[in-house]
Amino acid sequence: MQAGTGHDRWKTLTAWLDERLALDSIREYVTHKKVPVHSGTIWYTFGGITLFLFGIQVITGILLLVYYRPTPQDAFESVQFIMTRVSFGWLIRSIHSWSANLMILSAFIHMFSVVFLHAYRRPREFVWFSGIALLGISLAFGFSGYLLPWNTISFFATKVGTEIPATIPWLGPVLTRYLRGGSSVGGATLTRFFGFHVALLPGLMTLFLLLHLALIQKFAISTPPWVEEQSRLRNTKAPEIPFFPDFLLRELMAWYGVLAVLGVLAALFPWALGVKANAFAPAPAGIRPEWYFLAPFYTLKLIPGHVLHLEGEFVGLVGFGVLALAWIFLPLWAVNRSGSLRKKLVVGAGVTLLAYLSTFSLLGYWR
Amino acid sequence: MRYALILVLAAAPLAAKDSCLTCHSGLQGELQKPAAAFPSSVHSQEGFTCADCHGGDPNADDPTAAMSAAHGFIGAPDRTAVPKLCARCHSDPNVMRKYNPRERVDQYSEYLTSVHGQRLRTGDTQVATCIDCHSVHDIRPVRDPLSPVYPLRVPGTCAQCHANPAHMAKYSIPTNQYAEYLTSVHWEELSKRGDLSAPTCATCHGNHGAKPPAVSSVGAVCGMCHALEEQRFENSPHQAAFAAMNLGTCVVCHSNHAVLRTSDQMLSGANAVCGQCHTADSEGGKAAEEMAGLIRNLQDRLKQADEILALAQTDGMEVSAAIAQQTEARQNLVKARSEVHAFAVAAIAAPVKTGLAIAVTDYRAGQDALHERNVRREGLAISLFGVGITVLGLWFAIRRLGPPTQKPDASSR
Repeated sequence: MQAGTGHDRWKTLTAWLDERLALDSIREYVTHKKVPVHSGTIWYTFGGITLFLFGIQVITGILLLVYYRPTPQDAFESVQFIMTRVSFGWLIRSIHSWSANLMILSAFIHMFSVVFLHAYRRPREFVWFSGIALLGISLAFGFSGYLLPWNTISFFATKVGTEIPATIPWLGPVLTRYLRGGSSVGGATLTRFFGFHVALLPGLMTLFLLLHLALIQKFAISTPPWVEEQSRLRNTKAPEIPFFPDFLLRELMAWYGVLAVLGVLAALFPWALGVKANAFAPAPAGIRPEWYFLAPFYTLKLIPGHVLHLEGEFVGLVGFGVLALAWIFLPLWAVNRSGSLRKKLVVGAGVTLLAYLSTFSLLGYWR
Repeated sequence: MRYALILVLAAAPLAAKDSCLTCHSGLQGELQKPAAAFPSSVHSQEGFTCADCHGGDPNADDPTAAMSAAHGFIGAPDRTAVPKLCARCHSDPNVMRKYNPRERVDQYSEYLTSVHGQRLRTGDTQVATCIDCHSVHDIRPVRDPLSPVYPLRVPGTCAQCHANPAHMAKYSIPTNQYAEYLTSVHWEELSKRGDLSAPTCATCHGNHGAKPPAVSSVGAVCGMCHALEEQRFENSPHQAAFAAMNLGTCVVCHSNHAVLRTSDQMLSGANAVCGQCHTADSEGGKAAEEMAGLIRNLQDRLKQADEILALAQTDGMEVSAAIAQQTEARQNLVKARSEVHAFAVAAIAAPVKTGLAIAVTDYRAGQDALHERNVRREGLAISLFGVGITVLGLWFAIRRLGPPTQKPDASSR
């Protein structure tokens, strides 16, 4: 009798909420949403993992903001304070740093899985474009956040990193000056990198994330061409599972797995703080950027000082710019004029890029 | 071709004629050596010619005219005349100002006070003159690593005579100084660590005014670098005792040429230098043992703190503040070792106490960091257990959901 009363109360409450928040339509949408099932379904989870890690970034970032002070005098000490004096401060900072790196790794895996599953094809071109924008913003998050602890490595890596655009004629020196807030890396650089990291980039990220998610909802998750082909031959629809709860539970399992990995990394390998930056000290040996910038960094090191009367770094930047544009517009050249997919070309380009990034990153790390 | 000829003719008057070099370059053996060596000398580079030291007429093509006494030719100067010959320029501020305004001009007057200079005046031509140390025709600036008086080469240059028993026989002085010096901490600093300010023979004995330091001035000589130690010694009970026994202060314990790296074993143990005069049960022996104990204690505590902090740091704990403090504690150890020269337990006890307080605090910081590391690992284990249970639950829930649907394609019908 009492259970019946409780059930009635619950029904009354949900009816009250439905009337005001239109929850029934959301429930209806979620119940009918389907996700394709095939041998590559596991790769779908990396989009959700990236989103999960971004959520962790937001939460831990907000917590770090409580104590972080973005000035050259205080930045290092405030991070040191967080790590040594604030309860669980070490955990929050360590998780923020590790999850930032895992998020970028997961975003790269997600991007390559989209390429190899050909999920970028019509009508999902803008899902790809918005995804590439999100990856670019994530890299900018990494670059700007790297400087914030104001330690020796981050200081000199930022000095090297902001020096690279200076080789571009006309625009380069202006861009370098804008990034640094002056002629050299200093307090002005720190405050504007902080501004980019906590205001500009989160705003852009939210915008593109909403667009990305809305487009995925609109066009649904892509089914690989070979699965579609098999289904067409069998006169059946491609195998599917409901998004809720089937796929969501699988996704949750992956999130918990990532959470465990994050916990292990943060507890056993806490992110080191290093030594406070000193602008007057000589640059330590072996300065290199974060792992996700290692491949272009090492490539630039290999290019000679001058190539055909042009500065080597400038030639390198032009090369990277052309390659980046080609990659961004992949959905446009991935189909021929008759509308058929150039699968071999796309897979070849994907494998080449993957091989280049992994090989040159390793070379950049060890040399 | 025409332009080349014009250039050669235009340049010809600028180059000063030096028939000495022209002729001697074409000779063989000993007569050719000076001409071969001279272009690398600082004198040649500054525009001096052979005639500036040897006299003669460098413009004359005929050797007899060029080397005639009428033109002031003196040939190879007599060894006794060499210092004065060099001093014509090197003791004249007006000359030296043109080439190096900061160059000293008192080398000759100093040389006259040296053992070398004094013996030369008595007619002993076996002693060193300017050319024995600086070389003759290929004299290079002191800062040139090829110069025989470049810091790294000074000991070898002095050893040419002082390590040669035949050469030194008539002076009745030992010839083992160079061999001893090569075992010293001073040579180690100079040759292995590249510290060009580390002492060579000339630093303690003087260069142009070279003389062995008198017993009474040994402390002052060592004190040029080791000022604090000299000051402490001057106020110590040893000062008066050593003076009464006519002992050369620092060298009694540290030796002279074979100055070894100091260690705490100099205070106590089988090789203790204190034991040379003080028996273990004497007041001095007990004081030495106590001083050694204080220093050893601080050193041990510092080592313990270093080890625990290094372990904590390797495990990712943030202990940089404690590590930075260790430097301060280590400075107190250095200070305590320096205070040994006061030969008073109380003088050492003060820096040891300060250093110990820091080392103990740092050790505790290391202990706390390791404790915190263990707490984190326990927390991780509990969290992983919770995550594992949840993942297992999710896995069972997924298994109960059933296989994926594969409906007929309505659009193809």
